[in-house]
Amino acid sequence: MQTLLLKSTTILYLVGALLYLYFIVTLRERGARLGRMFLLIGGFLHLLGFCMRFVEAGHTPITNLFESLSFFALVIVGVFLLTEIRYKLRVLGAFVAPLAFLFSLLSAFQQSEIQKLNPALNSSWLPVHVIVLFIAYAFFAVAFAAGLMYLMQERQVKGKRMGAIFQRLPSLDVLDEINYRCLTIGFPMLTIGIITGSLWAQNAWGTYWSWDPKETASLATWLVYAALLHGRLTVGWRGRKAAILAIVGFLLVVFTFLGINLLPAGKHTYAALNG
Amino acid sequence: MGHIVIVGLNHRSAPVEIRERLAFPADTIGDALRSLLSLPSVSEGVIISTCNRVEVCVLADEGYRGTGEVKAFLADHHGLALPDVEGHLYHHIDEDAVHHLFRVSSSLDSMVLGEPQILGQVKDAYGYAGEFKSIGPVLDKFFSKAFSVAKRVRTETKVASSAVSISYAGVELARKIFGDLKDKTVMLIGAGEMCELAARHLLNAGVKGIMVTNRTFERAVKLAEEFEGTAIRFEEMVSHLKTADIVISSTGSPTFILRRQDVEEVIRIRRNRPMFFVDMAVPRDIDPDINDIDNVYVYDIDDLNNVIETNLEERHKEAGIAEDIVVSEVASFRKWLDAQQVTPTIISLRRKFDEIRAHEVAKALSILGTDDPKTCKVVEGLASSIVNKVLHAPLMALKNDGDGRDPMELVPVVRELFDLTDGGKDRE
Repeated sequence: MQTLLLKSTTILYLVGALLYLYFIVTLRERGARLGRMFLLIGGFLHLLGFCMRFVEAGHTPITNLFESLSFFALVIVGVFLLTEIRYKLRVLGAFVAPLAFLFSLLSAFQQSEIQKLNPALNSSWLPVHVIVLFIAYAFFAVAFAAGLMYLMQERQVKGKRMGAIFQRLPSLDVLDEINYRCLTIGFPMLTIGIITGSLWAQNAWGTYWSWDPKETASLATWLVYAALLHGRLTVGWRGRKAAILAIVGFLLVVFTFLGINLLPAGKHTYAALNG
Repeated sequence: MGHIVIVGLNHRSAPVEIRERLAFPADTIGDALRSLLSLPSVSEGVIISTCNRVEVCVLADEGYRGTGEVKAFLADHHGLALPDVEGHLYHHIDEDAVHHLFRVSSSLDSMVLGEPQILGQVKDAYGYAGEFKSIGPVLDKFFSKAFSVAKRVRTETKVASSAVSISYAGVELARKIFGDLKDKTVMLIGAGEMCELAARHLLNAGVKGIMVTNRTFERAVKLAEEFEGTAIRFEEMVSHLKTADIVISSTGSPTFILRRQDVEEVIRIRRNRPMFFVDMAVPRDIDPDINDIDNVYVYDIDDLNNVIETNLEERHKEAGIAEDIVVSEVASFRKWLDAQQVTPTIISLRRKFDEIRAHEVAKALSILGTDDPKTCKVVEGLASSIVNKVLHAPLMALKNDGDGRDPMELVPVVRELFDLTDGGKDRE
């Protein structure tokens, strides 16, 4: 039942994403309204499935790739809906909803049986470490989408070619602010995620930091976002530069999350990609 | 009931010399409406007068007579000879008139397609007509419908979605860069008409403050007063640049007054907060290379013209959709109009026959010289049964039961055959 719920939300996210795309092409309000409704319903069912799986498995179900990809999609939807409420920026849906769909789809291709909990993961650190990180990642995903939109819009304004995109995208300032806001929430959470991971490592493996590939990639990600935040606060980096860094940062996030699992060895490979 | 008639002239039918002579200034509209209503065949009237058009819309007993009367009125009222102006006037009757007013209020007939002022001007005209009681139920309904059509066109098409004037295009661009303009400061360099217009648009959009600078300081002070801004000496312009988000320039300087390094310096001090330069001057005031700096955008007059051209193309593409909306709304309004025509005809037809019946019954009874209730009943029964049977077929035809023909075609025939002349007054 919960597996079915978790997998069926993929379709709801797909419909939501398509509706948002319909909205951005035709500018018909109904597209955005329906799109949001589908994401809301999808997110709700998704959360329900997650809770049911939690009860059934007896541990936080974020221990293999199916579970974590699925959970990531859920958090992205949640953070997007929050951003949409805050900024009333429906076009954002056309960029973020496809991301949620993509991760949900990837998860649907993974083995979905509940596995016996790896003893190394049996810790109360697990939910804290993973959930905090995923929330950070979701904010970075929204910043990534806003960054893409910023680059597209800036190209229009700078190049003085006012195409269809120009009318549809919001002002540069709003996009830059979303970039900043997501950074100010995402970065502390990323930091907490890394610190809790490190404490947990000390607890489980007897060492705070062991330079395993995932740790190294996380550090690189952290450095990119730290540089962006620092640049923003001290010399007033913004606009194009900030958008590009947000895009690079999120690509690193995806690499840390998925790419590392393709590498053979490493302490974090609980969740290898299938096939 | 009558016919809706519009007589008018616009920027296409008449040159400005004629338009200005035939215009109705706001303070004379009351008199004009009064003399309009005194025309023999006119029962309701509205006058729309703008710098690009005059439209006199009336409800007239007969379309063509109404047209002639209104044309003569237009010439007389302005003290002109009819032959001098007639060539510049157009007229529309009934369905054409409905179509025309719907297009006018939707700004499909405007010089600048989709410009928003015209709807307000038509609303003003409607307001005057209400104030001077020259409008009745038919034109009232007509104009209300025209407003709702205009609203539909505006919400369902992009005919009026983007700026098509240089000064407004600047505001639209500023909005795409800054979003909200509430906490933004504008600097005006030099004073041209376009520059002032842009500043006014920006003030309307709610900018926080305006700085004005000019080579002659007195001029800057004067303009600053006008905009409730601050005047700045031309030599200090660069040092104040750091507080300006939007800079609009139109000096007569033969060389650039702002160079790239000036702005690079300023943007560093501003910690990359964006700047938007609008260069309205020819030759240009602002080095176009400045556009290459991150977070700085420079638009010169040609760039703005290109923006407008793109917007206009977009509008013309949308106009087709708008015309379709207008046509479908004309059809729906026509139905209402037809119903207004048919119903009074039915009423007066019935009334006429009732009068004849009552008259003949009274006559017959007085000849019979009896007040025997049975005889009275038989005579009355006979008369009303004949009337009802005779009327049955024409009434059914007018109510359009079954055969799908347009009852409107019958209205004039029925009126003529049965000699119904009092139709229009029946509705009161």
